[in-house]
Amino acid sequence: MNAAAGVKTLRIDERDFSARADETILEVARQNGIFIPTLCELKGLSEVGACRLCLVEVKNSNRLLPACVTRVEEGMEITTNSQRLERYRRSILELLFTERNHICSVCVSNGHCELQSLAQKLGMDHVHFPYRYPKAQVDASHPRFLVDHNRCILCSRCVRVCDEVEGAHTWDVKGRGINTQIISDLDQPWGSSETCTGCGKCVHVCPTGALSEKGRSVAEMMKRRQFLPYLTLMREDRE
Amino acid sequence: MSKLRLATVWLDGCSGCHMSFLDLDERLIALGEKIELVYSPLVDTKVFPENVDITLVEGAVSSEEDLHKVQLIRQRTKTLVSLGDCAVTANVPGMRNAFGTKAIYDRAYRENVTLDPGIPNETVPQLLASARPVHEIVAVDLFVPGCPPSADTIFYVLNSLLEGCAAEICAKTRFGA
Ligand code: SF4
Ligand code: FES
Repeated sequence: MNAAAGVKTLRIDERDFSARADETILEVARQNGIFIPTLCELKGLSEVGACRLCLVEVKNSNRLLPACVTRVEEGMEITTNSQRLERYRRSILELLFTERNHICSVCVSNGHCELQSLAQKLGMDHVHFPYRYPKAQVDASHPRFLVDHNRCILCSRCVRVCDEVEGAHTWDVKGRGINTQIISDLDQPWGSSETCTGCGKCVHVCPTGALSEKGRSVAEMMKRRQFLPYLTLMREDRE
Repeated sequence: MSKLRLATVWLDGCSGCHMSFLDLDERLIALGEKIELVYSPLVDTKVFPENVDITLVEGAVSSEEDLHKVQLIRQRTKTLVSLGDCAVTANVPGMRNAFGTKAIYDRAYRENVTLDPGIPNETVPQLLASARPVHEIVAVDLFVPGCPPSADTIFYVLNSLLEGCAAEICAKTRFGA
């Protein structure tokens, strides 16, 4: 094995590693037990670099790079934790909390939510920015599921799983900036969607309580993600 | 040793944080050796006193009365603790914010009322345009999320304050806990 065969050597947090050239910084970090916070990334789906929580410092780069979409390079020197990164990550998380109405205490996903647990893990005990308290809708027109836009962080996992794994592409995104919102089909009630197969994959990859099964009360919505690596593996085998 | 002067106040919340405080059970007796409860919904003092060492504030700032209270409390308190999700984030009381006060008044005092419907203009304090977290109104020294924070968390916080050491809040509690 040598560099020509696609092996790169790099440093993460003062430790030496080697990695395949097609691997991302995040993958290498995870394989070696180094924690980098993530929200939009989910193994088995394409990476979009939407949430920016996984930003890391790379020596000789004048900007921070998202670890989930940045491939390793020869001689890279990466810092995954610093005061500056902590500050940015915390600001990103706080902004997510102010942009919609995340009321953990009455949420179906309370205790099983990636946003909530990340806030705790990163030591976020309050939000410095003023809350927006926007008026967001709940669409309960689907017979089995519902979408509560109050709790959506626009990670686009639902959009990707529906397109890439289920092949239905029911979900998409409309609007820009603060007005961005996920939509089903041509921005119509989910229940009237002609493409939705009712498979529920979107519900289970959603990191928060934005997508849930009907009939769940506070803290009752547990997401099951085992299907995703399994399906991806089966498909790789067939190729 | 003179006892620390503790106050607890109940703004726009469900009193769950105070219930959790009472869940300290027999630990309250031990705590009583070190603190004096000078103001609280649990005691009969009417006016918030001067020179309070620690005030635990439950609830969002939601009405004219809350606003005046919390400003007075800040003036008279050394260490102000935002206790629980309503104080820290506005939580459930904040769910009205997207609708505006008119819709809320109409719902509470007109639509759901059969006897003499109408919006009260005395006795009941006027609502602020939106319910806000305490730290958006006055400076807060310590944040304790949780809905409600457990008795163990409150005990931990009070002990850290009594002993003057930094509290690792997020190791003990979280939003919605
Ligand atoms: S509904 Fe869930 S999965 Fe879809 S974008 Fe929002 S938070 Fe992400
Ligand atoms: S996890 Fe990398 S940008 Fe979201």
